[in-house]
Amino acid sequence: MAAYQELRAQADQRWLGLISGDRPWIRVGTAMCGQAAGAVQVLAALRAELDKRGIDATIDEVGCLGICFAEPLVDIVKKRGSRLFFNNVTPEDVSRIIESYLVNDIVPDEGVIGYLGQNPVGDVPSLNKHPSMAKQERIALRNAGRIAPADIYQYIARGGYGGLNKALFEMQPADVIQEITDSGLRGRGGAAFPTGVKWSFLVRSPGPPKYILCNCEEGDPGAYNDKGILESDPHTLLEGILIAGYATGATNGFVFIRHGHDGPIDRTRHAIAQAYELGLLGQNILGSEFSFEIEVSLTGESYVAGEETALMDSIEGKRAMPRFRPPFPAAAGVWGKPSNINNVKTLAYAPEIILKGSQWFSSIGVNRSTGTAVLCLSGNIRYPGMYEVPMGITLGEVVNEIGGGVPGGKRLKLLQTGGPLGGVLGADSMGIHLDFEEMRDAGAILGSGGIIVADEDTCAVDLTRVLVAFCQYESCGKCFPCRLGMEQLLEIVERIAKCESEPGDLDLLRSVGETMEGTSLCGHGQLGFGPIRSALQHFEADFIAHIEEKRCPTGKCTGPMLSPKNTRPYAFDFVPAAPETTGERPRAEIRG
Amino acid sequence: MTGTVEGFKRRTRRAITSQRQPTVTVLSCLLAAQDELGYLPDEAIEEIATYTGTTTNEVWGVASFYTNFRFTPPGEHAVEICWGPTCHLAGAPGILQSVLDLLGLSGEGETSDNRISLKYNTCLGACSQAPVASIDHQLVGRLSIETARGLVGKLKAPDATR
Ligand SMILES: Cc1cc2nc3c(=O)[nH]c(=O)nc-3n(C[C@H](O)[C@H](O)[C@H](O)COP(=O)(O)O)c2cc1C
Ligand code: FES
Repeated sequence: MAAYQELRAQADQRWLGLISGDRPWIRVGTAMCGQAAGAVQVLAALRAELDKRGIDATIDEVGCLGICFAEPLVDIVKKRGSRLFFNNVTPEDVSRIIESYLVNDIVPDEGVIGYLGQNPVGDVPSLNKHPSMAKQERIALRNAGRIAPADIYQYIARGGYGGLNKALFEMQPADVIQEITDSGLRGRGGAAFPTGVKWSFLVRSPGPPKYILCNCEEGDPGAYNDKGILESDPHTLLEGILIAGYATGATNGFVFIRHGHDGPIDRTRHAIAQAYELGLLGQNILGSEFSFEIEVSLTGESYVAGEETALMDSIEGKRAMPRFRPPFPAAAGVWGKPSNINNVKTLAYAPEIILKGSQWFSSIGVNRSTGTAVLCLSGNIRYPGMYEVPMGITLGEVVNEIGGGVPGGKRLKLLQTGGPLGGVLGADSMGIHLDFEEMRDAGAILGSGGIIVADEDTCAVDLTRVLVAFCQYESCGKCFPCRLGMEQLLEIVERIAKCESEPGDLDLLRSVGETMEGTSLCGHGQLGFGPIRSALQHFEADFIAHIEEKRCPTGKCTGPMLSPKNTRPYAFDFVPAAPETTGERPRAEIRG
Repeated sequence: MTGTVEGFKRRTRRAITSQRQPTVTVLSCLLAAQDELGYLPDEAIEEIATYTGTTTNEVWGVASFYTNFRFTPPGEHAVEICWGPTCHLAGAPGILQSVLDLLGLSGEGETSDNRISLKYNTCLGACSQAPVASIDHQLVGRLSIETARGLVGKLKAPDATR
């Protein structure tokens, strides 16, 4: 107990120092969305400007507050204690902002989106009143854009590692599982499996070792919320993994991230190192009997590596190809040892559920979909961003209120949800609630939370072609229904898009798709027909125009059709040769 | 760049013996080697097979699966353009086509002077800023055909120091 209280006291003191505003505290969002908007250049300009003027300020790089449309986003805390947010900042704006707000204490008329905090700043509106913020309920994203991910003390000052402390010293592992089960938490990686139940499988498996694997492969185009959490608040994930480890009797954790996403990777690795330093990882965590190790495991580019059994092969260093089940991961997972796999968001909820109780969490949401949904809204939308909203609100609220609707006076045509294996919905879907079952019944899924909005200029055939091209490109090649089926689906959809279809193509699509659904090894092939089926359900007219009238109503399909073809050599191209070296079969080696 | 057999072997060995994470696998070695060398020459594959106690065939099997690995030297500059659905809606096809034209390419690959490598990416993870590209591993969003051509054009121009 004492160990945590000590850390907390230190953290609180540092936090008070930061918010006192004795020195200005400047935060810049430099997650991937911020970087793409130019935040790195803005940060450099800020540092240079403060240097030039000899102003002593604290500058922190934070993650993503979620309002990506306003990036690069810079906020400043001064004596008054509230955060004043400057939106869409360019390097050229920096000098004016510093001059006006820091030197002359004048709130600029332009380029200010709002304030957050107790005290109003001038007549600036509260950022919480902005349509994109008003309906949010932030649990997994509670610290995103608020604390510096590189500073563990900022996380602790906001109550971080309090859930772990409570679990370790006030609860038995079985109580923790009960709490998670009672909260109704379900997996946010796509399948929505009850998390407490999944954890209880691992409890019953023998160990050590037992593994907690956190899935941040996140290959879904249109979703970046898992990476967003790692970049904004990696400690909330580490704490979630530790709670899962304590509850299930696991010994090691792996955070599985795709190579090349340097922001999430570096920030997670840094957070792990800090947690070891403060005794929040390693032997006898916080002075308890519980010991646990976490490391980052990098994978190469492969969408199917996010499938849970393929993920295990990838951690072992092999081709990321799904395994047959059973045995299930809880019985024989990575290196044949019992393993539990959860998505980043799922684990990120655990600390707050333990701290505030299952009742609190299950009171948010509807039906069997408790808690919140972390969404990435992109496409033809006024306010693209990463938002966390209570389950049960309607797609209309998400798109028209939070997202601000379709810009340019255009009409909404469709939503693509749940990633490339999900589905599309029409403009008549605005009454559908964010509810796992309701979304599934409508022919789409909530999946990982990506929602792509498309306006009236969109051709459903064109968008479907891109989704199918993705699924073909990413087929791992292990089972032939998916490997060959995806090729056939793509060929037919491309033919339709080029207005060169042959009679019976729609029937052929359905027959290939249904075969894949029934016979593929993993979800990639089983769900790969989803985008086509839902597009046919809602936008058959678009297909008919290409097929019968030989024209694309929007003209979109006349453009170049650029997409890479799958180049993965099939598994059977590799005939294992006689060992050339020691004769030992490959086995990952665990050092240290 | 030391292009000799011995140079490749030595650099691969150094890269795979100084990995940060405790668990070392064929895949982690491949990633480390490519980070160091920019691609995977035969010597890197052989060195990894020796180090992990497996066969070159097994190592090739892993390397050929993940689409980020390459087996020929990359161009001096790396350009990746996202063709994910969000970027597609925001105009990625036009951007891709104009960059291909600018570079004299018909798909992924290197320019004839090996100055620029062009790669398609399925999602660069910054969909809110679509259309997105990555230029020498720096993300750039809210692209137009003009800004994309400008950025890539800058890489193309022979620089004065060479
Ligand atoms: C082709 C394919 C790709 C997947 N990719 C991911 C992914 O990137 N991230 C993820 O969390 N789950 C992904 N999943 C789902 C996982 O298999 C698994 O259900 C999930 O990680 C479990 O975590 P949860 O219980 O917290 O949802 C994928 C599934 C399939 C079939
Ligand atoms: S779809 Fe292009 S960055 Fe995600």
